[in-house]
Amino acid sequence: MSFMKEVLEIIAKSLVEFPDQVSVTEIDNGESSLTLELRVADSDMGKVIGKQGRIAKAIRAVVKAAASRENKRVTVDIVQD
Amino acid sequence: MLKDTSQPKQIEKNAKSVNDALEAALKELNVTIDDVEYVVLDEGAKGFLGMGARDAVVRVTVKEKESEKSSAVEFLSSVFDAMGLDIEIKETQTKDSVAIELFGDNMGIVIGKRGDTLDALQYLTSLVVNQNAGEEKYKKVTVDTEGYRAKRLESLEELAKRLAEKVEKNGRKFTLEPMSPYERRIIHSTLQNYEKITTYSIGDEPERRVVIAVKNEYHKPSRRHHSSGPKNSSYTKPAEGYPAVGGYNKANGTGAYSTKPLYSDFSSYSEAQEENKE
Repeated sequence: MSFMKEVLEIIAKSLVEFPDQVSVTEIDNGESSLTLELRVADSDMGKVIGKQGRIAKAIRAVVKAAASRENKRVTVDIVQD
Repeated sequence: MLKDTSQPKQIEKNAKSVNDALEAALKELNVTIDDVEYVVLDEGAKGFLGMGARDAVVRVTVKEKESEKSSAVEFLSSVFDAMGLDIEIKETQTKDSVAIELFGDNMGIVIGKRGDTLDALQYLTSLVVNQNAGEEKYKKVTVDTEGYRAKRLESLEELAKRLAEKVEKNGRKFTLEPMSPYERRIIHSTLQNYEKITTYSIGDEPERRVVIAVKNEYHKPSRRHHSSGPKNSSYTKPAEGYPAVGGYNKANGTGAYSTKPLYSDFSSYSEAQEENKE
């Protein structure tokens, strides 16, 4: 498991009401670019997005900081199935 | 949830009576009776004429501290662990605030560009700490690293003062780069006692910017839409495509700090933009 995925999981789990429903899928886009798909319980969507996406933005900022250590570009997508 | 790294403290003590044992345990743990839970393992026995006497035994466990304490530190330390950063976390708590200070070698990563990452960490920590708190129990959370915020505060104040002088001198307003609400407040409050200067904000988060301008009363002319503006008429027409008019309306409507609205735009936007790049 990449550590960026782990960072995202830890943050998401700390914010939501149902941590066991948090999942992160890692998609390698090649060329040191990475997409992380975050899934949470429907009722927890607001807890990872926030008003005007403020929480999502903060999550992305921290994950990107983690990624910058490895010179990777990382995109965090919050996915609702 | 996250695993608790600190083991609860627990000791067993024996003494002649349950009370004595308990007292000894509290003394050793350096806590009061309210901080602990205890189980009497053996009530002891007085015996008879020194025969069959048994010590009383109690097992004392220090209750876990308020969840707020661990939640901030726990959250941050698990994030830093996952990031592979070795960072020391110091926490200072009061009734309604949690101040975190970070120490280590990789502070650049933690701070980020203009403190972006630090702000994000602070915001997320605040969410974690206040997760289950009602409005009354809300705690203000700050995350800082080795005086970063103090230094940033100082340089923002200096910047504000320097720009205010410049604006006062040449009469042109100045639009700063986008800043967080906290940093904008620093600019506003630094300049609030400047007689001839007013400040307000334009644009929407996260691109909201502070504008430093000369107060209206010190600008003799200027009436918006005034057909024949007096002296400065050539300046009263905003440059085309300049969003300041819309931005200004917005600022005015959403609690700008200036008491007087600014009626006209005395600077050309492109110049202000260029100055911003410094």
